[in-house]
Amino acid sequence: MNINLNSPAPSGISLYALTALTLMLVSFQSLAEWSGDISFQNRYFLHDPLAQNPEQHNNYLSISSEIEYYNNFDSDDKSVTFTPFVRFDQYDKERSHGDIRELFYEQVYDGWELRLGISKVYWGVTESQHLVDVINQTDNVENTDGEDKLGQPMIKASFEKDWGVVDLFILAYFRERTFQDIEGRPRAFPVVDSNQANYESSDEEQHIDYALRWFQYFGDLELGLGYFNGTSREALFTPGNRNGQTVLTPYYPQMQQASLDAQLTTEEWLWKLEAIVRDWQNIDINTAQLIDESFFALTGGFEYTFVGVYESDADLGLVMEYLYDDRGIEATAIFQNDIMLGLRLAMNDADSSEALLGVIYDLDNQERLISLEASKRFAENWTGTLEVRGFNKIDRLSRLKGIEDDDFIQIDIAYYF
Amino acid sequence: MKKNKFVKIIASSFLLLSSITTGYADDISKGLEIAKEADKRDTGFVDSTAKMKMILKNKQNQTNTREVKVKTLEVIGDGDKGLSIFNTPKDIKGTASLTYSHALKPDEQWLYLPALKRVKRISSKNKSGPFMGSEFAYEDISSQEVDKYTYKYIKDDVLDGINCFVVERYPAYKHSGYTRQIAWINQQEYRPEKIVFYDRKNTLLKTLTYTDYQQYLNKFWRADAMHMVNHQTGKSTTLSWKDYKFKTGLTDKDFNRNSLKRAK
Repeated sequence: MNINLNSPAPSGISLYALTALTLMLVSFQSLAEWSGDISFQNRYFLHDPLAQNPEQHNNYLSISSEIEYYNNFDSDDKSVTFTPFVRFDQYDKERSHGDIRELFYEQVYDGWELRLGISKVYWGVTESQHLVDVINQTDNVENTDGEDKLGQPMIKASFEKDWGVVDLFILAYFRERTFQDIEGRPRAFPVVDSNQANYESSDEEQHIDYALRWFQYFGDLELGLGYFNGTSREALFTPGNRNGQTVLTPYYPQMQQASLDAQLTTEEWLWKLEAIVRDWQNIDINTAQLIDESFFALTGGFEYTFVGVYESDADLGLVMEYLYDDRGIEATAIFQNDIMLGLRLAMNDADSSEALLGVIYDLDNQERLISLEASKRFAENWTGTLEVRGFNKIDRLSRLKGIEDDDFIQIDIAYYF
Repeated sequence: MKKNKFVKIIASSFLLLSSITTGYADDISKGLEIAKEADKRDTGFVDSTAKMKMILKNKQNQTNTREVKVKTLEVIGDGDKGLSIFNTPKDIKGTASLTYSHALKPDEQWLYLPALKRVKRISSKNKSGPFMGSEFAYEDISSQEVDKYTYKYIKDDVLDGINCFVVERYPAYKHSGYTRQIAWINQQEYRPEKIVFYDRKNTLLKTLTYTDYQQYLNKFWRADAMHMVNHQTGKSTTLSWKDYKFKTGLTDKDFNRNSLKRAK
């Protein structure tokens, strides 16, 4: 469950529960394995905040920690995993948060396995965005790439057959997307007030979602088909009011989504495709009313790797993906007719030095999102990560309007134990 | 097609000619026989698990270590299935790779990234690349199948008091990082004692030495230590193995993508 460290009573109780649970798990640690990290982060913004956001700052310090406890019984066939996460941010009260990324029991039977509890699941193959990955909610305050996920309560049964693997999911509680507080940066304008979330379903966050996935590989081809029926992880926004200030309030409609993901792996080439069809409600741009909508979106492309460039041990990968959404300018997604170009460098050295440079270019309005991620290991237990995000030529009618001056450089120094 | 046939005729007459003059064909068949006998003697282990510690040393004698748990399932008539689970460095703890190796067609390989819970099919073309930044290439530590090389027996030799066959072998894999390897095979036990590697330019690259062999189930020899020296960079890597267990009851279901995700 999401624990907001700054809101009053309920979170306090959750934190006690978390501590109690931790102590309980420690008490039989003779069989257990503990591991984790503490990470120190500095995020520096190259420009002053926009005039509309006087609450924002130019430099943000934060510290985070994720710990994993794992214990197995009966020769690996039964196990318990517990992974709490916590971050404290210097200014952003919503980014200071805790989450149980995982707390589940898993049992492996002959030909199938069962997982009960809070867990994370990944679907998909592409690099630039993750259209088909729909089980877990995005922990949006963590980073701009959408790759950090909140723990999802679930019952998952996975069947391994000759004709593929079938995963069945019952998702027993909805996790709201996290949004930055007024001092957070980058963020939406006006600020999103998560406390005023609304739902299409009268069950609200208690709505039980279902999902189904089949995947199989045929030699060099990997194929996955997915289906999801439940509360949309993506939020829509309607204007609202908090203490006389205009805010955005999230609205979570019901959705049905079918998806396909495929990867063809040949020697130097990886060919990738993700496609979705979704039925849900959207807010009509002209009337501001909720309307039923169905749309199609895809991400497709390739990664070509030059192995051992210039007779070194390094590999250089060239990534190109096309991002499409058939709603065009009315898409709730940022990418509707965009090209991603990327360069991936893996030094294959003792320090695991690697870097990924990517540019996503909007073919309609020439917006450019620039991203650089580079990391290496120092000594045995430390790593350093550099991230740069740039928002270039943001269109004044764009959904990215408001973050055009939020280019930042972020350094993470992490200690692992 | 016609040209190919012509080349084949030329090639085979060359082979015939050389076999008459130097006994080349005999050396090839003797080399292959040694490889087949070594393979035969290592057949029937069914499955194994072991813990591997890698110690990477650079020219300045600075060291890096990695701890890996290795599970292997023997596949008769094809390459073995292997699962490697990284315990250290701590930042990649839980990362695991699953490999279905094949003699002639490319290996199939998947990587599990625990931070994202993501299983990635990866290209097996980088077999010549370093394994975890070490001096071992992927192709050095993958399952050794007879068909992965062609062979030529060179001579008998005594290595540290052990009678050995010296066999030259040529990778059949077109993207191999080597033109050839020279292996010293123990005549008594048909196990490698030393292998010398020559790079794509046929220049001396690395030497691998096997030490502290132990015999398991009265049949299978495994070296407790494997020491690789790179002569071109001065770097070296030592693999030390412990807790070898055989016939532990592993099956195909321990070597699929679901088991990759829960590997610990």
